Amino acid sequence: MKNTQGEVWVFAEQEEGKLSDVPFELLGKARELAGKLGVKVGAVLMGSGVEALAKPLFEAGADVVHLIDDPALKVYRNKAYRHAMVELVKEVNPQIAIFGATHMGRDLAPSVASALRCGLTADCTDLQIGDYEDKKTKETFTNVLHQIRPAFGGNIIATIVNARNWPQMATVREGVMKPLPREEGRKGELVKHSARLDGVEIPVEVVDIVRRVSTVNLKGSRIIVCGGAGVGSKENFKLLHDLAGVLGGAVGGSRAAVDLGYCEHERQIGQTGVTVRPALMISCGVSGAVQHLAGMQDSAKIIAINTDKDAPIFKVAHYGIVGDLNVVIPKLIKAIKA
Amino acid sequence: MKESNKGRAGGYNCVVCIKQVPDTKKVTGQAMKADGTINRAALPAIFNPEDKNALEAALSVKERYGGKVVAIAMGLPAATAILREALACGADEAVLVTDRKAAGSDTLATSYILSQAVKKFNPDLVFCGRQAIDGDTAQTGPQIGEKLDCAVVTYLEKLDLDGDTAIAVRDIGTGVETCRAQLPALFTVTEKFGELRPFEMRRVMKYKNAEPTILDCAAIGCEDDRCGFAGSPTSVNKIESVVLAGGEFKEVAATDEGIGGLVAELIKDHTIG
Repeated sequence: MKNTQGEVWVFAEQEEGKLSDVPFELLGKARELAGKLGVKVGAVLMGSGVEALAKPLFEAGADVVHLIDDPALKVYRNKAYRHAMVELVKEVNPQIAIFGATHMGRDLAPSVASALRCGLTADCTDLQIGDYEDKKTKETFTNVLHQIRPAFGGNIIATIVNARNWPQMATVREGVMKPLPREEGRKGELVKHSARLDGVEIPVEVVDIVRRVSTVNLKGSRIIVCGGAGVGSKENFKLLHDLAGVLGGAVGGSRAAVDLGYCEHERQIGQTGVTVRPALMISCGVSGAVQHLAGMQDSAKIIAINTDKDAPIFKVAHYGIVGDLNVVIPKLIKAIKA
Repeated sequence: MKESNKGRAGGYNCVVCIKQVPDTKKVTGQAMKADGTINRAALPAIFNPEDKNALEAALSVKERYGGKVVAIAMGLPAATAILREALACGADEAVLVTDRKAAGSDTLATSYILSQAVKKFNPDLVFCGRQAIDGDTAQTGPQIGEKLDCAVVTYLEKLDLDGDTAIAVRDIGTGVETCRAQLPALFTVTEKFGELRPFEMRRVMKYKNAEPTILDCAAIGCEDDRCGFAGSPTSVNKIESVVLAGGEFKEVAATDEGIGGLVAELIKDHTIG
């Protein structure tokens, strides 16, 4: 049933009692969407012993936190989370539900959409409220969710709508939406729900989790030096680390650089890696495939260094240096140190 | 984990879902139509890369524990090409689900049709690639799993079997998880599982003209209103080709003076320093 007064939901992903960044990003967008629709923003918080996490969600923009606290939800498992979420959707009937396009979100959201038989758009880079005319039936739908995403390897941008089977569901890429500034003391309504897992068999048991200790924080860096295939070797990549070192920045790589083994996978920037928008992006030997540009073109300032003056990277650059990075980077380091 | 290699008598019945996709890495000017949409016909059709990893997962189960592997593709008859590849690598049976009623299916309808096809083979293990490179949605796998109402294990990197239990290692983004899943189970497989084994020459010859078993929607008991456009809740409202804004950059000379000037400018506007 289409509930035009339904809330706009954000799945408040948490692990080990700690919220990830993405719900905060999504709440920023959800406030905008809910504002246009004149409805409330709801955050769905699931886990075991996680009630304290409601407060930061209110402060980040949630009007309502739907809490499902159950020992069976301590660690994420597809069936348990899916079941609890599906039952909650049936009970509360939101009009929109958005999830981070994280490993967890991309596991949970399709399962929930499948069970509810509703549409889902993956990896959105923008969401808007607008109208939609079905050209076949000539029906017009007002105030539906326009789900905007790159497709076809990033070569096209598609706007998808789900006008009939609600809730309208989407996963959203990490790092794309902006969180709102934290509003200390902002209050909301905490609603506790049962997981309704009695008699539900959960066929998976988590035996062990080894957390990855990440030494790379691309999303949190003001300055990023990013290398592509044009860097030429793993040894040459050290130059990029030197430049990032003097700037206090981080080092990233294009997919080509990662595939060639010049840098680690966790440094990958682009459609299949991290989306970043630092204050300064120094792009070295990156040709600028659309998949890569999708993950960095919103950087405040882009300096591109490339020997090929026709490289697409220059189309998104603010400053372009046509030259050999092995010559240009040492000059940059020298000038910064001076 | 020694005991995790026990397997079980009779081995395991595996199904792997594979897709033929346009090679999106090869999108060039010629592949774009005048209206900015992509001319799929101008792109080479390939075996979706992560579906090859999924096939490898299924073949490794058969190799280690015995059993059989059925490869299922949904699409146009041209997808026979990747089914022959699967046979040449070691799959025992190839099935093509093809039907006009399936045209225009989004992930929900696709997963419904594929789940109906999978059910026919009553598998212990189902493997899918994590995602296909034409859509990159990673939705079809988990949605098949939901419809089969079996254990769903995404981002599979390693798999052992012990009786009716799978011991799976999966990437959870923030780390690596080991879990025990009761069979039947569906897995989505990433490239980290390992590359697909090479063709066996003997099998290439044997299967080069092999025809898959053809199934249409009726043969697998699909309800019409859950297939194709009718069964797809999402619609594409608009498609735009990516146009780079373009060309308005300030060229900096690759000299000490040029670069010194650039750095001075960045310090002045507080971008650095």
